[in-house]
Amino acid sequence: MHIVYPAVVSALLFSIGVYGVLARRNTILVLMSVELMLNAVNLNLVAFDVWLRDRLHAGQVLTLFVIVIAAAEVGLGLAIILALYRNRRTVDLDRLRLLAETPAPTGSTSVPGAVSPPSSGPGEGP
Amino acid sequence: MTTAAVLAILLPFAAAAAGLLGSRFPKGLRGGAADAAANRRAAWIAIVPTAVSTLLTIWLAYSIRAGQAAGGGDWLSRFTGSAGTARVATASVAVDTGSAPISVGLLVDGLAATIAVLVTVVALAVQVYSVGYLRDDRRYPSYSAFISLFTSAMLLVVYAADLLVLYVGWEVMGLCSYLLIGHWWEDRANSRAAIKAFLVTRIGDVGFLFGVFVLGTAAGGFRIADVLAKLPELPPGTILAAALLLLAGVAGKSAQVPLHTWLPDAMAGPTPISALIHAATMVAAGIFVVARLYPVFLASGPALDVLAVMAALGMLGAALAALAQDDLKRVLAYSTISQLAYMAGALAAGSRDAAVFHLITHGAFKALLFLCAGAVIHAVGSNLMSAMGGLRRGLPVTFAAMTIGFAALAGLPPASGFFSKDEVLAAVERSLSAGHLAAPVALLLYGCALATVAVTGAYATRAWLRTFFGERALSGLPGTAASEPAPSIAPESASEPAPSIAPESASEPAPSIAPESASEPAPSAAVHEAPPVMRWPIIILAVPALLLGLPGALHIHWGTAVLSVALALLGAGAVHAVWRADPRRDPARLLGPLRGLCERAFSVDELYRAVLVRPTLLLAYVVARADGRVVDGAVRGSGRTVTGLAGLVRRAQNGNAQLYVTGLLAGVLLLAVGAVMLR
Amino acid sequence: MTDAPSYLSPTGQEIVFLLLGAVAVGAALLVVTTRQLVHAALWLVVTFGALAGCYLVLTAEFVAWVQVLIYVGAIVVLLLFGIMLTRAPIGRSADLDSGNRPAAALVALATAAVLVTVVVDGFRTAYAPLRAGGGSAGEIGSSVFRNWVLPFEALSVLLLAALIGAIVLSRTDIRGRG
Repeated sequence: MHIVYPAVVSALLFSIGVYGVLARRNTILVLMSVELMLNAVNLNLVAFDVWLRDRLHAGQVLTLFVIVIAAAEVGLGLAIILALYRNRRTVDLDRLRLLAETPAPTGSTSVPGAVSPPSSGPGEGP
Repeated sequence: MTTAAVLAILLPFAAAAAGLLGSRFPKGLRGGAADAAANRRAAWIAIVPTAVSTLLTIWLAYSIRAGQAAGGGDWLSRFTGSAGTARVATASVAVDTGSAPISVGLLVDGLAATIAVLVTVVALAVQVYSVGYLRDDRRYPSYSAFISLFTSAMLLVVYAADLLVLYVGWEVMGLCSYLLIGHWWEDRANSRAAIKAFLVTRIGDVGFLFGVFVLGTAAGGFRIADVLAKLPELPPGTILAAALLLLAGVAGKSAQVPLHTWLPDAMAGPTPISALIHAATMVAAGIFVVARLYPVFLASGPALDVLAVMAALGMLGAALAALAQDDLKRVLAYSTISQLAYMAGALAAGSRDAAVFHLITHGAFKALLFLCAGAVIHAVGSNLMSAMGGLRRGLPVTFAAMTIGFAALAGLPPASGFFSKDEVLAAVERSLSAGHLAAPVALLLYGCALATVAVTGAYATRAWLRTFFGERALSGLPGTAASEPAPSIAPESASEPAPSIAPESASEPAPSIAPESASEPAPSAAVHEAPPVMRWPIIILAVPALLLGLPGALHIHWGTAVLSVALALLGAGAVHAVWRADPRRDPARLLGPLRGLCERAFSVDELYRAVLVRPTLLLAYVVARADGRVVDGAVRGSGRTVTGLAGLVRRAQNGNAQLYVTGLLAGVLLLAVGAVMLR
Repeated sequence: MTDAPSYLSPTGQEIVFLLLGAVAVGAALLVVTTRQLVHAALWLVVTFGALAGCYLVLTAEFVAWVQVLIYVGAIVVLLLFGIMLTRAPIGRSADLDSGNRPAAALVALATAAVLVTVVVDGFRTAYAPLRAGGGSAGEIGSSVFRNWVLPFEALSVLLLAALIGAIVLSRTDIRGRG
């Protein structure tokens, strides 16, 4: 097996993941793209483990760890998305503009980009 | 002796500091009673050190005299103290500057000791007089402190053994004159006059400073004795340059012709200040410096010619201007310019002793005249002679004193001015035949001096007649608005109706006034003699003004004396004749068509305004415009450009996290590509 | 490795791998371009499955099964739950792409170009003959519990923390102390 093949496949997968992270509006889709990038890394790890005949199987063990971490990440990410959805009624990334400087601060935390009026706190549901 | 000189300088200085800081200490109260208390305390603080300083200078002069009594020389150089070589130099501290060392030290010789006595006596008289003159002035403490500082600075000039030390005193005097002329700064004209005095003298001071530098660097040191000793070795060009530069400073301080315009305007200050400036401190400093550095001027012939031309123009022009003025104080101011020009002429003619003699007698009688004028103004409430007249009945003491002063000014025997002017004229006459001056210059100087004698007699008589004789014109004088603020009444308290002097002068017995004013109660009844604290300095000053010339009584140059007295009487007689014809009209009509020109002092101010002030203002305007439009415009423009560019860049900061990450990754890519390419 | 076979005569394993890789890349492209949210999740399943096949070809059989179990079985299900809970529209929706799309495409293409260039340039001659049994469950298990015990235990703690964090974030009746 030429190592170039898995390496190229993984590079393409990673680039697609980058595109998804940068171009998708829905936060869940962004999360999926992150998973794509993680899988590209996994493929690389496995391929190089095979190529280098690592006695400790570091590549494959690390792949397992990455899978576990990916699971944890998705769990946390989804929890964050759900909290965001409860507060903002939206999961669209380009409507969350709190990072921008507000042109004329009106005293409230809401910005023109945010569609819903702010609810009282992150811990409170609708 | 060293200690005495140091103390004489330091005591008024300490008085100035104490008066400025301590008059209201520790409570710092303001208002009626507190002001009066502060004024009383400030008066003591001012007068006592000046009095002690006066005693010290008199003792110094006496001991110097005693030391050189055996020395030769004629009576005049013995009188002015320039004979002999008895010099007392205090231990001086040398400040090593790398090139020409600066020595801080004092030099007490006969000349300095004599002038110092004049300075302190006049300053003491002025201090005492001011107590009455500015009784109710809120700012009297600072005023008296500035007078003390002024005295101290002048003493420093007089006693300085080093040119730079002398320059320090010289500049401090400029500052003090500014502060004192602008004492009533609430009136804009007064503060303008103060600024004018400051700026005009400053122009001269620049030349003076550079003259000091030229002398000091050429001689390798700033000690006056060293400079004078090195003089024969210096190249004539250097000496000439130094002398001309020094002359600029002298012209500024002593109000000689090109830079004289500040002196008449300086009348905006309180009258005692005029006495101080004109008699003892400010204007005397210029003449004194020429006398002090006289060998420098003697070694540079053209400088003496310049000085002679300046003096000739100044004495006659100022005398003519004095003849046309209506303001009593301005008459005296122009007479000062004229008399100082006499001294400058004597110096140019080669007789330092005559100049110093005239400086001393002039100091005495001009201080007397100004203090009398202050008393007159005090009584009348106006500076203008058209508001005066017939005052001899109301002010007999002032009248007598001022008569002495005017006689001395006009050079009539036996007043002191006669003898000193006689010496000056004799010196000028000598320079015609043998002297340093070029022949036409000497002739010009002599002619102007003789003409000025006549004009001086004329204007002195005019001022005397218009002030003390005739009838007082009370009707409709809008000109009183132009007078200085009613003396002894602070401008703020002008609502108080009558000066608070009345009870004091009423309590005075003054038997000589009572019958006269009782017999003629009409116009002069409202005029009262000044309070004793103002009267005594006048009386005391009248004595030297009358008698100071007597040592010269045995040495009169009879031909010159007869000529000058005849000329003075001629001028006085002409004025008197004109005045007799119609006492109500101004005898200045004698001048005919020239009168307006003389009243404007030959339009020198207007000329300066057109030639110097206007172009300067125009240039300043152009510079200000250029600064506002070009320089500030560039600054503002760059600010606006940056703001605009920032606005463009700011668009990228729109809060979209995806855009940020896109930029981040693009940057990472660029780095990676760079790393690969540059591997 | 010294005498790497030519690229012009691929072995059967390589052909299978390339086919599976093409499926994975194609499905991934669909994930990031589809207009339907749920379809994206399903195409993700295809991608993960194809990747699991790739692992199998690369003789990493244990990793392949874990991939199927966790990714396909757990993560995609979680994602679907997320889609459901955020009331995302089922069916076509026109606005799944943000306005950043051109820039994103540019950056992604540049990334792909750089990575592919570098990888091809760097591993042109690398060749690994495949031998079965290298990634069996026994092999990996003994490796994990013999050599990687400490990271494994740390990872379990991390999982616990993530669990607690997710619970705290998603429950609405837990408040801060203030």
